[in-house]
Amino acid sequence: MKEMTTDTLVIGGGAAGMAAAVECAERGCRTILVEREEYIGGVLNQCIHNGFGLHVFKEELTGPEYAQLFKSQIRQKGVETRSDLFVVKVDAKRREVVTMGKNGCAIYRPQALIMTTGARERPFNSLRIPGTRPAGIYTAGVAQRFVNLHNRLPGERAFVLGSGDIGLIMARRLTLEGMTVLGVAELMPHPGGLARNISQCLHDFNIPLYLSTSVVEVHGRERLEGITLAKFDPVTLQRLPGTDETIACDTLILSVGLLPQNELIESFVETDPVNRGVKVDSFMRTTHPWVFAAGNNVGVYDLVDFVTLDGKIAGQSAAKMVHDGFLPEKRVPLARTENISTLIPSLCCLEGNPFTIYFRSKKTMKKARISIGPGLFETIRMGIKPSEMVDIPFTVKHMEKLKQLGLSKIEVSLKEVL
Amino acid sequence: MENRTLTCISCPLGCDLEAEVVGDTVTVTGNRCDKGVAYAKAEILNPQRVVTSNILVEGGICPLVSVKTSAPIPKGLIGNMIQELKNMKIRAPIRIGQILIRNLLGTGIDVIATREVETCPAGE
Repeated sequence: MKEMTTDTLVIGGGAAGMAAAVECAERGCRTILVEREEYIGGVLNQCIHNGFGLHVFKEELTGPEYAQLFKSQIRQKGVETRSDLFVVKVDAKRREVVTMGKNGCAIYRPQALIMTTGARERPFNSLRIPGTRPAGIYTAGVAQRFVNLHNRLPGERAFVLGSGDIGLIMARRLTLEGMTVLGVAELMPHPGGLARNISQCLHDFNIPLYLSTSVVEVHGRERLEGITLAKFDPVTLQRLPGTDETIACDTLILSVGLLPQNELIESFVETDPVNRGVKVDSFMRTTHPWVFAAGNNVGVYDLVDFVTLDGKIAGQSAAKMVHDGFLPEKRVPLARTENISTLIPSLCCLEGNPFTIYFRSKKTMKKARISIGPGLFETIRMGIKPSEMVDIPFTVKHMEKLKQLGLSKIEVSLKEVL
Repeated sequence: MENRTLTCISCPLGCDLEAEVVGDTVTVTGNRCDKGVAYAKAEILNPQRVVTSNILVEGGICPLVSVKTSAPIPKGLIGNMIQELKNMKIRAPIRIGQILIRNLLGTGIDVIATREVETCPAGE
């Protein structure tokens, strides 16, 4: 079996992995980027719509354009890309990664490992919707791949369940490609995706959005023939009797959330039960000192720009560990208060570069006070929505103040200002 | 006078805009940057969109090339544009940023490739 050593190994060639690999190579590390698909780029390759890159590049790019900027850097900086290669096992004790590809198995021994394995879409069978199991039910990402990469249309008359961004974007995309999109249903009383996508994907094409509504049954033997919708109470989320309505359609598109993918490492690193991803500190280091992580396997981000920035930190930190042999160990945990759901990172280091705290609110707030501390700093933000991540810069000055205050945890608090 | 509420689509922040329309004059509040004012004016007086889609490829490593308009086009032209794209085929190789349709439907705006498509090696 082929065996080789390297400075850094990055698993997953999407936005986070490409950014991390470029940073490692730029710092003189021999860097290998492993990708299970034929091409690197990840989901960006199929996201042909625009809106990417406003934070990082200050311009509006499509997914393939955004990916291309990193693909070029990967080539320039000499990152060794290994595509069509599947990781079978990550052995933390031996610090080995076992891969399987066209040329058989191989063992890699990196000094630092960066996990950028992203998230998967929540599948239909996890929703426990009664009825038959016909063809014609796809997750939005799969439908997107069919249409944008393989030139295949999934059907004629579609209904979309879930108002996540990919679902909204696919409602528009399928309409432009000639399908009839009958509507989008969302169980919650508020949409899951960004406000701009409700506007430019649904309103522009007169596609109705049904809030507090979900699919309660699917019909059809070989192919989907229809779905039954019902209304749900916005507070208790209980199904309201007498509100059932059956709609004829041959395609059901699901946009019902993403699940971080960490099966290779979850046996030896800690995960956060709310983020559903691996716990990382402000160096993007997991609870195992050999393993770094960034991107949607840490938590589900809304913007690829944020994923890129955290991928860069992971790459910089891994390179620093390769050069210095260690990273500062002192860390203080970040703690949620009642209005916070997703929170990244889980731990803050007392030394190192500035980073960003990302969190998601559980509630919509017109104006909110965000307090980090107690006693570190406060800021006011307008228009807080559960669907939109909040990013709070944490500077070196804040780190120094944190050391002075000697806090044992950093509370992230979000309160509505009336 | 007319009051309209809009969601700014200039960036993912999606500001909720309030626009007061008097004839051709639009006064905007709720924006977090200047783009919000420009967006609300354009959206009310002449709504435009950057449109993204695909065109068929011949002799490439993949069947489609993703494309976008080089600038926003009037919303009313989106259907005609998609029809025009469907009637086309482009030969690989295609470079990112390459102009595939010049002066789309007389708008003065081009349709450009948003990805590279290499030629497919013979026999594959």
